[in-house]
Amino acid sequence: MIAEAGLAALWLAAALAALQLFLGASGLRGRGDMLAAVRPVAVAQAALTMLAFILLIVLFLRVDLSVALVAANDHSAKPWLYKFAGTWGNHEGSMLMWVTILAVAGAGVALLERRLEQRTLIATLAAQALISLGFYAFLLFASNPFARLDPAPAEGQGLNPLLQDPGLAFHPPTLYLGYVGLSVAFSFAVGALVTRDVGPAFARAMRPWVLAAWIMLTLGITAGSYWAYYELGWGGWWFWDPVENASLMPWLAATALLHSVTVLATRDGLRAWTVMLAVVAFSMSMVGTFLVRSGILTSVHAFAVDPRRGSFILVLLALYIGGALALFAARVGTVREGSRFDPVSREGALVVNNLLLSAILGIVLVGTLYPLIAESLTGEKLSVGAPYFNAAAGPIALALMAAMALGPLLRWGRDQLRALARRLALPLLLAAAALLATILIAPGIDILPLLGLVFAAGVGAASLAPLWKRNLRRTPLFTWGMVIAHLGVAVSVAGMASESAFTKETLVSVRLGEMVAVGGWGVRLEKVEPIAGPNWTAVQGTLTATPDGVSSYTLTPQARAFWAPPTETNESAILSRWNGQLYTVLGHKTEDGRWQLRLWWKPFVTLIWAGGALIALGGALALIGRLRREHRAAVREVWA
Amino acid sequence: MKRFVLWAPLLVFLIFLGVFVTGLIKPESSTIRSHLLGHPLPEFKLAPGVPTQPGVATADFKDGKPKLLNVFASWCVPCAAEAPQLEQLAKTGVTIHAVAIRDRPEDIVDFLKRYGNPYIRIGSDPTSSVQIGIGSSGVPETFVIDGKGIIRYQHIGDIRAENIPTLLSELEKAR
Repeated sequence: MIAEAGLAALWLAAALAALQLFLGASGLRGRGDMLAAVRPVAVAQAALTMLAFILLIVLFLRVDLSVALVAANDHSAKPWLYKFAGTWGNHEGSMLMWVTILAVAGAGVALLERRLEQRTLIATLAAQALISLGFYAFLLFASNPFARLDPAPAEGQGLNPLLQDPGLAFHPPTLYLGYVGLSVAFSFAVGALVTRDVGPAFARAMRPWVLAAWIMLTLGITAGSYWAYYELGWGGWWFWDPVENASLMPWLAATALLHSVTVLATRDGLRAWTVMLAVVAFSMSMVGTFLVRSGILTSVHAFAVDPRRGSFILVLLALYIGGALALFAARVGTVREGSRFDPVSREGALVVNNLLLSAILGIVLVGTLYPLIAESLTGEKLSVGAPYFNAAAGPIALALMAAMALGPLLRWGRDQLRALARRLALPLLLAAAALLATILIAPGIDILPLLGLVFAAGVGAASLAPLWKRNLRRTPLFTWGMVIAHLGVAVSVAGMASESAFTKETLVSVRLGEMVAVGGWGVRLEKVEPIAGPNWTAVQGTLTATPDGVSSYTLTPQARAFWAPPTETNESAILSRWNGQLYTVLGHKTEDGRWQLRLWWKPFVTLIWAGGALIALGGALALIGRLRREHRAAVREVWA
Repeated sequence: MKRFVLWAPLLVFLIFLGVFVTGLIKPESSTIRSHLLGHPLPEFKLAPGVPTQPGVATADFKDGKPKLLNVFASWCVPCAAEAPQLEQLAKTGVTIHAVAIRDRPEDIVDFLKRYGNPYIRIGSDPTSSVQIGIGSSGVPETFVIDGKGIIRYQHIGDIRAENIPTLLSELEKAR
């Protein structure tokens, strides 16, 4: 019954999306005040989708094996958290989550958005309904999560053990909130193009949505990176894997959009460009979904592959992205040009920021798709790896950091180079000190990590400069947000540079009691013993690690064997210190009775994710600050 | 000029779309051709895979007569499936040398006892280094090597009865 109810809710929601599209379209033709009708429809559509999603969660929690999806991905021996998270740890469930977020975001716009011109809002909601409709069709015709299985099996087929990790409960939902949250920006852009209403009011209405989606993307990518780092047991934190790139590309576009929308909101510049970025950002989300769901590229992220689904998403992709870009080309010429500005100005720095972010986006996009392009042209199989991405994107990222340091120190409209130089003196001094110190401490360091450390020092100082000589208590919250987010970038880059330059790695096979040295640590394998978990067994090594011969810490890496389905995973054990992490992996037993141990000492590696968290925190502060200011303005308007 | 620029994003997107479509339509082929076709075998010298037969080295392929080089393993099921075809090729007078991948002598002996032994020489490649060196990505694979030790033809997967004429004609061409 539950499954049927869920399916019915989905069909009803799809029908309401069609109704929303119809009402919106006729509202645009000027038939009465349609907004009053569109709003409740959008909310009801979201409620029904949410109901379907909750029902699927219930099916997973109850391990209802008569539902095909549950039978394939659930198992009664699994802890409840993983039954719960298993709901979206598979294709159909994750697509249902995608659609749920899409509908809820649409309802959010319908309920909360009061600033936008009414016709533009109606067009926006119609666009959102159009997107939803395509993905409902995809769910109902190509990925029904509620399909029954007859006869029901006695036990489910479990879940990929790599996915049995608390990370899975949070990582995909945050990423999806980000991906799909960008759909709102896309719909806003389409709406504004339809009514030719691109201006500061449009930008101010769109900005909180972009910010919120961007915060979620930042959190999702940061969490995903840390998850891959400790769960895969490879010691790396970013692999330039197609699925990782699929999350990075919308983030890059959203970051650019975030900055250009600010120019549009405050200075009424960059009109066409902002609309373009809003289209591109969600397009990147959809391209990412396509790449992941069609299995067209090989990735460490193994997802169920079905070419029919790939074709379906491709058709949606062609319709939505192609349609939006065609609308852009046809309409944006009629949008009035915004105000102009001097190259040496904050707008100028933001334009540079946008161009550099777009360049990185292009590099990542081409690198990700190159294997596909090469294969369709020459039939040759190849893969593009970290060397390409690092060499191509690294220098641009450094230039981007320089622009990031300059931007906040420049005035809007026009500024003097000499004044800028004065404001930059201290950061430049710090960068020079960092250069000197690094060369003294690590003479053989590679150029990219060296520049990373130097830029991190300079940019870190420059990012704090906007607070200089300011009354900190009266500094607006969104300024704090910008400062903290920029500082986060510097912190993160410092972590990346330190990790890539100073990591010490060793792979050894040792007997019990033997001592291994890695990066100033002494690590001894004390014992290896079998242990049993809820649905796995493992051999667990006990390591004692000492940095100085006096104090000692215990680590317990495991080699786990799951039985449903039978799979082995390595659970790394990580010791976090203020100055880095000791990362240990227990491997197989060799024939002569030794154990393989893989050890890394990664100085300041935690800064990578701490920086990511700071970036997201900065975004959150900016969002709260903007919303508060607009709320106050609205209140003033009412009382005036 | 300006109007053209506005259409450029759509154009770029359509190009990408074309790539996606070809990527989807083309059947997934996991066969990887050796880049060494037409090139001489790399230098190698493998220890015997079984105690009763000699190992195999590059020099064994340079006596002027074309031969087959079969990449197999006792743990590989399709290798057992192709054994009768190899047997048949050996009976028609084809010289077949073999490289056993990641295998143990006792397992190879067992395998040959059960499925027949068409091989003259069997080298043991416990780390797959020779396999990778000659551009083979899996087992079983069979290479036609001409009398000068140059790789002429690569058969990927198990040899079926219908593949035998092709292999024989490739051997003839390599003469």
